[in-house]
Amino acid sequence: MTLPCQSDETRSTCPYCGVGCGVLLKPDPQGGLIVRGDPEHPANFGRLCSKGSALGETVSHEGRLLAPQVGGADTDWDRALDLVAEKFKQTIAEHGPDSAAFYVSGQLLTEDYYIANKLMKGFIGSANIDTNSRLCMASTVAGHKRAFGTDTVPGTYEDLETADQIVLVGSNLAWCHPVLYQRIVAARDKNPDLKIIVVDPRRTASCDLADLHVPLRVGTDVALFNGLLAEIASQGATDQSYLAHVNGAVAAIKAARIGDPNVTGLAPETLQRFYDMWINTPKTVTVFSQGVNQSSAGADKVNAILNCHLVTGRIGTKGCGPFSVTGQPNAMGGREVGGLANMLACHLDIDNPAHHAAVSEFWQTDRLSPKLGLKAVDMFEAVGDGRIKALWVIHTNPAVSMPDADKVVAAMKSCDFVVVSDITAATDTARLADVLLPASAWGEKDGTVTNSDRTISRQRPAMVAPGQARADWDILADVGRRMGWDAAFDFKTPADIFREYADMSRLGTVFGKDFDISALSDIDNAAYDSFEPQRWPITATRQGGRFFADGQFFTADGKANMLPLTYRGPVAKTGKRYPLRLNTGRIRDQWHTMTRTALSPRLSAHLAEPFIEIHPDDADAVGIKPSMLVQVKSPAGSGILRAMITDRVRQGDVFAPMHWTGETAPSARIDALVPSVVDPVSGQPESKAAVVAVTPFKAEWYGFAVSSGEVGPNCDYWARAKTRTGYRLELAGAVTPKDWEAEARRLFNLPDTPVQTMIDASSGKARLAFYEGSVLKAALFISKAPVAVMRDYLATLPTTDAPHAIAGVSPADQPDPGPVVCSCFNVGINTIVAAIEADGLMSVEAVGKALQAGTNCGSCRPEIADLLVKVREAQTQAKEAAE
Amino acid sequence: MAPGRLLDHLVAADPQAYDVTLFNAEKRGTYNRLMLSPVLSGEKNYADIVTHDDAWYAKHGVTCRFDERVLAIDPVSKVVIGEKGRVAYDKLVIATGSTPFMIPMPGHDLPGVIAYRDLEDTETMIGLCNKPDARAVVIGGGVLGLEAAAGMAARGIDVTVVHNSGHVMNRQLDAPAGGLLKADLEARGVKVLCGAASTQILSGADERVRALQLSDGTELACDLLVMAVGIRPNVSVAKDAGLDVNRGVVVDDQMQTSNPNIFGLGECVEHNDVLFGLVAPLYDQAEVLAKTLLGQQAQFVPKELSTKLKVTGCDLFSAGDFADAEDRESIVFHDKIRRVYKRLVIKENILIGAVLYGDTADGAWFYKHITDGTDIKPLRDQLIFGPAFDADHTQLAQSAISSDIARPASILMTQESLQ
Repeated sequence: MTLPCQSDETRSTCPYCGVGCGVLLKPDPQGGLIVRGDPEHPANFGRLCSKGSALGETVSHEGRLLAPQVGGADTDWDRALDLVAEKFKQTIAEHGPDSAAFYVSGQLLTEDYYIANKLMKGFIGSANIDTNSRLCMASTVAGHKRAFGTDTVPGTYEDLETADQIVLVGSNLAWCHPVLYQRIVAARDKNPDLKIIVVDPRRTASCDLADLHVPLRVGTDVALFNGLLAEIASQGATDQSYLAHVNGAVAAIKAARIGDPNVTGLAPETLQRFYDMWINTPKTVTVFSQGVNQSSAGADKVNAILNCHLVTGRIGTKGCGPFSVTGQPNAMGGREVGGLANMLACHLDIDNPAHHAAVSEFWQTDRLSPKLGLKAVDMFEAVGDGRIKALWVIHTNPAVSMPDADKVVAAMKSCDFVVVSDITAATDTARLADVLLPASAWGEKDGTVTNSDRTISRQRPAMVAPGQARADWDILADVGRRMGWDAAFDFKTPADIFREYADMSRLGTVFGKDFDISALSDIDNAAYDSFEPQRWPITATRQGGRFFADGQFFTADGKANMLPLTYRGPVAKTGKRYPLRLNTGRIRDQWHTMTRTALSPRLSAHLAEPFIEIHPDDADAVGIKPSMLVQVKSPAGSGILRAMITDRVRQGDVFAPMHWTGETAPSARIDALVPSVVDPVSGQPESKAAVVAVTPFKAEWYGFAVSSGEVGPNCDYWARAKTRTGYRLELAGAVTPKDWEAEARRLFNLPDTPVQTMIDASSGKARLAFYEGSVLKAALFISKAPVAVMRDYLATLPTTDAPHAIAGVSPADQPDPGPVVCSCFNVGINTIVAAIEADGLMSVEAVGKALQAGTNCGSCRPEIADLLVKVREAQTQAKEAAE
Repeated sequence: MAPGRLLDHLVAADPQAYDVTLFNAEKRGTYNRLMLSPVLSGEKNYADIVTHDDAWYAKHGVTCRFDERVLAIDPVSKVVIGEKGRVAYDKLVIATGSTPFMIPMPGHDLPGVIAYRDLEDTETMIGLCNKPDARAVVIGGGVLGLEAAAGMAARGIDVTVVHNSGHVMNRQLDAPAGGLLKADLEARGVKVLCGAASTQILSGADERVRALQLSDGTELACDLLVMAVGIRPNVSVAKDAGLDVNRGVVVDDQMQTSNPNIFGLGECVEHNDVLFGLVAPLYDQAEVLAKTLLGQQAQFVPKELSTKLKVTGCDLFSAGDFADAEDRESIVFHDKIRRVYKRLVIKENILIGAVLYGDTADGAWFYKHITDGTDIKPLRDQLIFGPAFDADHTQLAQSAISSDIARPASILMTQESLQ
């Protein structure tokens, strides 16, 4: 995999997390893509995670939106865009600019973002453009601005390799930014002294490497880092010379000393160990992510971390500094370009008259919004109460991902005019659109993105967009022209946009801001096409590098700010009715609302249904047994998920993934349970601290199904996952259907396909297998208890000659691979355990040699390590029992 | 047949033990009655089914008194009186077998009304196919009746089966399996009337059988009428000799009658109130009796019976007890495409009955579980799919979530820190 880019490959970047890995794309004969890591890209040097490796499986045109739709009927671009332009014009004419809004996405390329921002803020004249980065990065943006004057990530990825200690705060890097995690694994192999600390209420996969796990109470990060700041001061570990460049140190330390670190629920020795490890290791990088950001005290958490780095001067130098890792491929680009309702463009401020004047001048507009716009949660409030009458949602799925999601659905339903741009009509949000616009997808799009360490890379097309699909910048600019602003939106190519954007960024330096790529303002098309990844700033005088080692900040007086902070717990309080704290997050092999990853059989096999992690004691308390379904209720909503009983979560906490939707598991739209509580500074929702009650879901029947065709489940609980042969389904219901054959025929839409049945009435078991000739079309397995069959084996049978599918297990002489652990090589848990037991394998490497598992992306290495431990424990127990 | 098997055991164990004389009312020696049906259908001929011929008897010094009726037994002087003279005995085995039961309805004694018992009956049926457009009626949809019907149909005879119960082979099959069998027989040209009651047999001008009349008045014209509605043990000789006789000659677990020197064997005996019509227990009896006669310890224990039907293309298997009852649970497999039907009957986690139709490959395996009384709880979900899936699957994952994974050892984390 170390070959550089070949002539038949296209260099691009991955569309998933904010690491921004380079990928090499080669179309395959089946219309898919062969994808490998770009050995020359500075983010990943050839590495890819399980999601990136499976990109090729997600580019089929299955489910693609191929034509504009108005009121659900296909139409052409002229009709669709005239309508959009007309409606927006009419709405702002009648109700003013603020009656319009765009809700966009970190999936947008910088060029798309630039046009969306220019159109809404500069010409429609409202700042009502916000992005799903609000759910992800807003607290970091706010924290950075409060401390540095700008939203600046000081360090670079290389710092992870040159540090002596890495602290992961609220970041399951192993699953959510796997390539960075693999870089750390590699660094640790080179430097065994590299210490790793994980600060997280959950014992995540990232704890595999950890020297110390700090399982603090949800939302108590400010107390922890205040405690650290106070200890730094007490131990005299502050950097006095650096503090010459910092305001507010004294007040911050004073406030920190008042705080009580015991609210973290950590044992004193754990706290002290954390303080000492942090203080005694100058070259410490503190990586933080959603566990910090998604909180009603998110901005304070960020500043609590920044305080500790500022007070010790550990910032902007090799191997140390605070490091925010972003969740989306172009969250950073969106922040730079001004995609948030409270920013203007190029890190300039809307409410700064000089900035406002300069941007108005640059854009040649007199309509530039004079005031901040509505942030995501407020925006959908306004959609709900009718202040916003025309909404355009681009490449994001708020009907699923926003807090209080049911309320968001209701708001969009009540909105006069909703436009949705997406690559598929099969999303919860697209189903609410009046106008649906087919956009080109990753692999077809052409533009730039910025990753978490300020590296700008190209996304290049390797395929032609299907049907009438068009690039987002093109659609947006077209609407701009149709609304009457021809000159302002007269762009022919993304390069045209990039040049204007780079030219505008000159204002950054003019106003003493960090973001400036003006050296690229005259980049020609050829140079743009062959643009190599580069870290900003990119000016005549400056190229990339780190910020703030020199103590020069982007505040009025050029000094950094330390903030006096007071711990505030999550807004929702646990109590008798809602005794548990609901944490939400990502899983290893899925992405956001699965619109792309759910197309990949490999990725869908790892965790094929939504679940809730619950501590054994909490499960016992309410009689939840393994594999039971659990009814989860919060003041905002309720859901049904599969119980995963584990002490990876603290007693009193539960965790559920954020990915499942109305398309894949309607009862598991977890954000329907999350209240729309936000951080007062950043407006970012508190997505990880809802309060809930859990009880067993009273299922009369459980089902498992495999099908080669589309399925139409209709019961209290169902979860659908893609397989190589079609779909697999988990099902359950509170009422047992009268006639299972009729039910199955409806589910699989097989009205008269011949069927094979097995009925064990007294034990409530029914099994049905449908055949065309000897080829299995679909099979359904019903039981009163959770269904015990070889799921991963059965998932391979549809479309094949499988006379014995109805047995539910492989013949005695064929072993069952078990649930997939290694997605890249499709290696099951049973295969791995068997190999460990039979061949006495002792290390992850040995397992890799024997089975390939874990040798590609490495995302499953923590799980393999855990299996090794588990098997050895089992073996010793067996020995002891024998003796 | 049973005596043949007895002789095999004796000869094998101790050829010198007894000087054997064998009476047989039939002309010929021992042949396998079970194989008459293949002879009838033309898949075998007589020579194929002979188990003991004259040469065999000569070789093993068995005195054959064939084509000779036994008139009486004198248990006091221990003598058997045959048509052609007396034979003294030390030990006597009564294996007089059974006689087909002929329903005493009007016309049952007409020429052309026969049973299905021996080679003569078989040859009569075979002979019928020389007559153009020959028609036959079989009364009785049990094993024997259906084999007779299918055999004649295979020879191009127009056959109708008249059966009084709701489905054919009702003692061995449940209704669904009976239904599949009926359909398969009809596909082979056999007409089957279930739930039909015969009232009388009508004769023609030639005083031979002309038709069978049913209770609804229907007349089924026929040139031959075969009655296959069951058997009656032949007990007259034993009764006259003063032995204990109920429906059959009463024997104990050693096959001994009420007289210590006289033993019973085969379809003529009654053991614990049970009569025997199928071959398996007769062979068991023969083995037990051989041991008894040789002074060895042995005990006849009736096993659960299993039945197969020897009609090519009608693949069925039946074993044990499959009547419905409160305390019984059924697992039913039905493949409408391949026309396979399987029903297992379970009582308190023990398999007690099995009916298989269309695919009987696993019959013996189920039969073993029935006779062994295996606890099938752990195999229950896979049981009906047979030995190929015979593995304990009680540990299978019950959801799509791979089970929890143990805590990595590398982590310093104390439970106290988790309060």
